[in-house]
Amino acid sequence: MAAVSNLKNMTLVLGLTCLLCSAVLGGAYALTKNPIDAAAVAKTNKAVGAVLPAFDETSYESVEVDGKTYNYYKAVKGGETVGYAVESTVVGFGGPLSLMVGVTPDGVVYNTSVLSHAETPGLGAKCNTDAKFMAQWEGFDPSAKILSVKKDGGDVDAITASTITSRAYTEAVKNAVNAVKAMED
Amino acid sequence: MEYFLIIISAIFVNNIVLAQFLGICPYLGVSNKLSTATGMSMAVCFVITLATLVTFLINKYLLVPFQLEFLQTIAFILVIAALVQMVEIVLKKVSPSLYQALGIFLPLITTNCAVLGVAITVVTKEFTFGLPSHLLNLGEALVYAFATSLGYGLAMVIFAGIREHLALCDVPKAFKGVPIALVSVGILALAFMGFSGMVK
Amino acid sequence: MAKNWKLITDGLVKNNPTFVLLLGMCPTLATTTSAINGLSMGLATLFVLVLSNVVISLIAPVVPDKVHIPVYIVVIATFVTLLQLLMQAYTPAVYETLGLFIPLIVVNCIVLGRAEAFASKNGVGASALDGIGVGIGFTLALTVLGLVREVLGSGSAFGFNFIGGRDGMLAFVMAPGAFLCLGYLMVLFNKFLKKD
Repeated sequence: MAAVSNLKNMTLVLGLTCLLCSAVLGGAYALTKNPIDAAAVAKTNKAVGAVLPAFDETSYESVEVDGKTYNYYKAVKGGETVGYAVESTVVGFGGPLSLMVGVTPDGVVYNTSVLSHAETPGLGAKCNTDAKFMAQWEGFDPSAKILSVKKDGGDVDAITASTITSRAYTEAVKNAVNAVKAMED
Repeated sequence: MEYFLIIISAIFVNNIVLAQFLGICPYLGVSNKLSTATGMSMAVCFVITLATLVTFLINKYLLVPFQLEFLQTIAFILVIAALVQMVEIVLKKVSPSLYQALGIFLPLITTNCAVLGVAITVVTKEFTFGLPSHLLNLGEALVYAFATSLGYGLAMVIFAGIREHLALCDVPKAFKGVPIALVSVGILALAFMGFSGMVK
Repeated sequence: MAKNWKLITDGLVKNNPTFVLLLGMCPTLATTTSAINGLSMGLATLFVLVLSNVVISLIAPVVPDKVHIPVYIVVIATFVTLLQLLMQAYTPAVYETLGLFIPLIVVNCIVLGRAEAFASKNGVGASALDGIGVGIGFTLALTVLGLVREVLGSGSAFGFNFIGGRDGMLAFVMAPGAFLCLGYLMVLFNKFLKKD
């Protein structure tokens, strides 16, 4: 069935296969590059749109607060800043917990959404699905309420049986609020 | 301290077989006897650490500078296949006794997804280990790879011990062989779940 | 016609890659946290399986025996990377869920196994059908396993929740449940479907 092996045809076939395959992939990469970038942009825009009021355009900037760098999207409508969507990452229960936190210029949380997490399915992972937990962030005013979970004397309702995740989530929001405060000052 | 966290996390908390589901085929295939299980674990340990070192360097100094990350999968698997062959040849010449012990397992390792899995994980996934989340550097990657393969060995040896006892039991016909083995691994994985959350 | 049909059905029961041949265990266990995830993983594997079977059956006669494994692996890895690029572009959410297990299709023993055992010895048409049959068998097994785990673990089926706000038996979504469910499904398969 298969051809007899000698050094010449082995090198030839293996070399040709590798060359051909790399060429195909190079072509495919060039063709899919734009859709892949577009998908990434669409994802960010969706995340920014979900946590901030309506805006015309965003610009991607970064700020350093307490030695930590925060990347954020500044949303502008009619020349006026309507809010900041801050990317805030903390250590959760199972690994990095990454949030997009929308904060209006007066320091009030507009809304939050989870960018990525590694929390336990069915427990900590509920931070991304539990309606009650997620709804409390809408319009959360850190000047009127305390940004820590109820167990620690604050005003945040934790997810049942997932205090560590809830604490981490709260910390991420707090960091974002502080970053915006530092920017506005 | 950080290396310590990586080791505990890779061996117990995120055990490669029982929590990450990598390398299951050889795990079920060669765990019938304690002696073969030990041999396989040692071979895997050797290859994973070496492969991670080589693929990490290739990724950092070849693929990333030329923006060829999309060739990661194909480059890594070729490197691993070539590496396994080379290890086999070198071992045969240098240490026949070690070759006797590990040799028969080496060809199987190319398609052990634990090797490619770890190689890809260390260059793409962000870890925390008590620090802000970051991509691993070479030292951390090597410690992670080595500890992960120790975890593989641990899971393998425990399981081989269980299976040697299972072989003597009167198991219902439909359960014979792999099904009862899978149920046992399930219970073993339940036990390992007790470690979750120990290292973040 | 009957022969072609048999090529496909063989992959479903008699040579079912998951329950009989015990191949490709890693993605089987790791990606079946829900029926949809299992289905996506199965389809991704089907894609690679069919294309690599076709190409390998075409090139097999000219590939020297000693380098056939590396050549096959390169072909398979090419299709896997192609799949990665396409998924990143058009189904980024699915790509993120399946994560590491998409590149790991390269080392899925089913794909290389079919290339070795079937595609290298048969024509293009038969190899394509074999890929489809085995791929569907794998997809079916993954979907069933995913469905069982989703029903027990999250109380939903294909994303449709039927137990309201209550919790399912979480262990079934996590690692131990994967092993247990697959073990028990295999027992049922042995008992009722496998013919000795």
